[in-house]
Amino acid sequence: MSNELARAQFATTSIYHFLFVPVTIGLAFLVALLQTAYYRDERPELKRLTKFFGTLLLINVAVGVVTGLVQEFEFGMNWSEYSRFVGDVFGAPLAMEGLAAFFLESTFIGLWIFGWDRLPKRVHLACIWMVALGSMLSAMFILAANSWMQHPVGYVMNSHGQPELNNIWALFTNPTFLWGYVHVILASLVTGSLVMLAVCAWHLRKGSEVAGFHTAAKLSVLVLLPVIMLQMFVGNKLGEIETKYQPVKIAAAEAQWENCQPCSFSAFQIGGGKNDETPSQIIEIPHLLSFLATGTFNGAVVGLNQLQKEDEQKYGRGQSYIPNVFIQYWSMRVMAYLGSLIALLALWGGWLLHRGRLDRSKWFLRISLFAVVTPFLMNTAGWLLTENGRQPWIVQGLMKTVNANSPSVSSTDIWISLIAFLLVYIAMGAADLVLMLHYSRKQLDDGQDEEPDTSKPGATTIPALTY
Amino acid sequence: MELHTIWFVIVAFFWVGFFVLEGFDFGVGVLHTIVGRSDIERRVALNTIGPWWDGNEVWLIVAGAGMFAAFPLWYATMFSALYLALLLVLFALMARGVAFEFKGKRDSERWRTTWKWCTTLGSLLIPLLLGVGLGDLLVGLPINSNHDYTGDFWNLLTPYGLMTGITLVGLCLLHGATFLKLRTTDELRERSRAVARPLGWAAIVLVIGWVIWTRNIAGGADVPGPVEVLAVIAAIAAARGAVSDYDGWAFTASAVAIAATVGSIFIDLYPNVMISSTNSRYNLTVNHAASGHYALTVMTVVAVIFLPLVLIYQGWSFHVFHGRITAPPVTPGSADGPVLPRTPPKPDAAGGPVRAAPQS
Repeated sequence: MSNELARAQFATTSIYHFLFVPVTIGLAFLVALLQTAYYRDERPELKRLTKFFGTLLLINVAVGVVTGLVQEFEFGMNWSEYSRFVGDVFGAPLAMEGLAAFFLESTFIGLWIFGWDRLPKRVHLACIWMVALGSMLSAMFILAANSWMQHPVGYVMNSHGQPELNNIWALFTNPTFLWGYVHVILASLVTGSLVMLAVCAWHLRKGSEVAGFHTAAKLSVLVLLPVIMLQMFVGNKLGEIETKYQPVKIAAAEAQWENCQPCSFSAFQIGGGKNDETPSQIIEIPHLLSFLATGTFNGAVVGLNQLQKEDEQKYGRGQSYIPNVFIQYWSMRVMAYLGSLIALLALWGGWLLHRGRLDRSKWFLRISLFAVVTPFLMNTAGWLLTENGRQPWIVQGLMKTVNANSPSVSSTDIWISLIAFLLVYIAMGAADLVLMLHYSRKQLDDGQDEEPDTSKPGATTIPALTY
Repeated sequence: MELHTIWFVIVAFFWVGFFVLEGFDFGVGVLHTIVGRSDIERRVALNTIGPWWDGNEVWLIVAGAGMFAAFPLWYATMFSALYLALLLVLFALMARGVAFEFKGKRDSERWRTTWKWCTTLGSLLIPLLLGVGLGDLLVGLPINSNHDYTGDFWNLLTPYGLMTGITLVGLCLLHGATFLKLRTTDELRERSRAVARPLGWAAIVLVIGWVIWTRNIAGGADVPGPVEVLAVIAAIAAARGAVSDYDGWAFTASAVAIAATVGSIFIDLYPNVMISSTNSRYNLTVNHAASGHYALTVMTVVAVIFLPLVLIYQGWSFHVFHGRITAPPVTPGSADGPVLPRTPPKPDAAGGPVRAAPQS
């Protein structure tokens, strides 16, 4: 019982955390681009846009940072057996994340917030780039740690039967990591640019500050279009990598119980739950699964039944080595279908941009406004696919999730914490949403408070009322 | 020195650094409602730590992550044992962290009051509970042969742990007062001085009491070690300095007092990292809890490269915003009035008139 509760809590807190992370990574990059544009040609409108989207970034960072603390503590709090078993390998990238990324991000975000008009322009610009870099580095270390759980590398089993790190480079050249990391960064840029596009769409539809928000809308489309195209390719490549190292994950995502060659991809299916091996598959696209899983149109995909048999031989009988197929199947499709729709939206936006009509196309703006929910659905589905697909393992092939939780933490303890997390997260999410909506709909800063007031005696250029 | 001893020192360094840096943030978080009478003054008080608190908090994360990497058994046992206490710490960190960013962003009395309390209570609760946790490491918790904690939440609240927590709260408050006095002018500075007087006395009493108690429960000599003596002397110096005009020296003294107090916990702990009150054979030691040689070597290289960098840019950030902050002049009669908005009020975009972007 406490194991399931600990899983529910970790899933809840990490999914929640990852609502904010991609916005931070994506927006930090876009705000840095805006500020760079301002640095280069000094148009005040660009400074106002930088500050406007910078405020949205900061609101979001506040929640992202504090919910990240939870993740950092939860390994030890809820998963002490896991931490004992893998700490030798898994702890290193986490500590590196703190030293190399968190310090960078947190220190420079303070410098950026308070440094307007105090730091030289070039230095202040560098600060926002450091924030963007810090957030991307942080994702790098945590993805290296996570990829090790998907595909453990760079270790030997020591005399206590525990994995011991023997090659740190292997963690950062792990193919699961390389493709997974690029996938996450691109997803973050998609998220950031869709958030920016939606805010611009709202203002452009209202006809408020058209010139400024048209500029930002152009920027978001210019980032979104290449990124989503690249993402389709990278996501596909990651699928191939996972088929190689975690074949169960991908076979489950297609609910492929029997071996096949070539394999078709089902667009939808009815049924297909835990004990339903013959769901009615609707609209089958021949050869597509072969291509997605292996990169060739006639590749063979091993079915779940055979994979189960192989795993039984390797790891012992009496247990299913197949994750929840329903979650796998649908999270894969939510991600892929929404991604395709966003690619179409980006192409449309690119065409409008080319024709110079981005600010006037009613339907594009209306759809862009609602498109802002899709990245959050896709990001969540992506993590469900990858983490649920690893089950029943917590570290693929090395440790089962069922053995990993803290023996000293009772189910009562976790009930208390789970309910408390839900309440606090709902309250914090509501406050965040209120502020995001409020500040998204504000006018651009009119620039009247730009110059620090040093005329009065005793006045200081140190910001006194920034918070 | 062996690698695991080096890493014990590094972990201790991060805990000490966390309390020295975030300690004054906690103090300011609690005291900003006391030294700031109006909303503007409270904002000024919070802005004294504005650019830094976030970076200071990372010291705690790295202390935890460093324990995970270098001493997985210590991290696993301590964090799972302190489950409900750390849960409260997390909520306090969340409430407080979000409050800084959110509080000034809506012009509503209720909104500001809510976040004000989040800042105050969060800043009080975190050093208290972390202090309890650190005290428990030294006084011992019921831990079995598998290094799993066998007690419940109330077993965590050992008398010595509570004493450690309260002592650290007292030191953080004094540290916050010396910091506020160093960073503000006029009335805010005078009120910080006024509040520092009783806080100084409290800190002296607490530190002396804590050192005596520590000598009774920890191994070694009955006479206090040099670091404990330093903690007492620094606390006295900080209390004296806090009411003088030597703002910089007072702040330095309170920083030393807090560093010496936290540091001496780790000195007394070594070579153990957690004491088992069930059986001393179940104590976790530096040697036993550490990662393998390769992992520690990698982490040492990483620390040697990044720690100096961190110290340089954090130090630079402190340099950039050094100096005193003055509350902006307030029109007479409105000292307790509504908050002065950072930008002049504008028509709301949703309902207000549409404005064209200004030409330039």
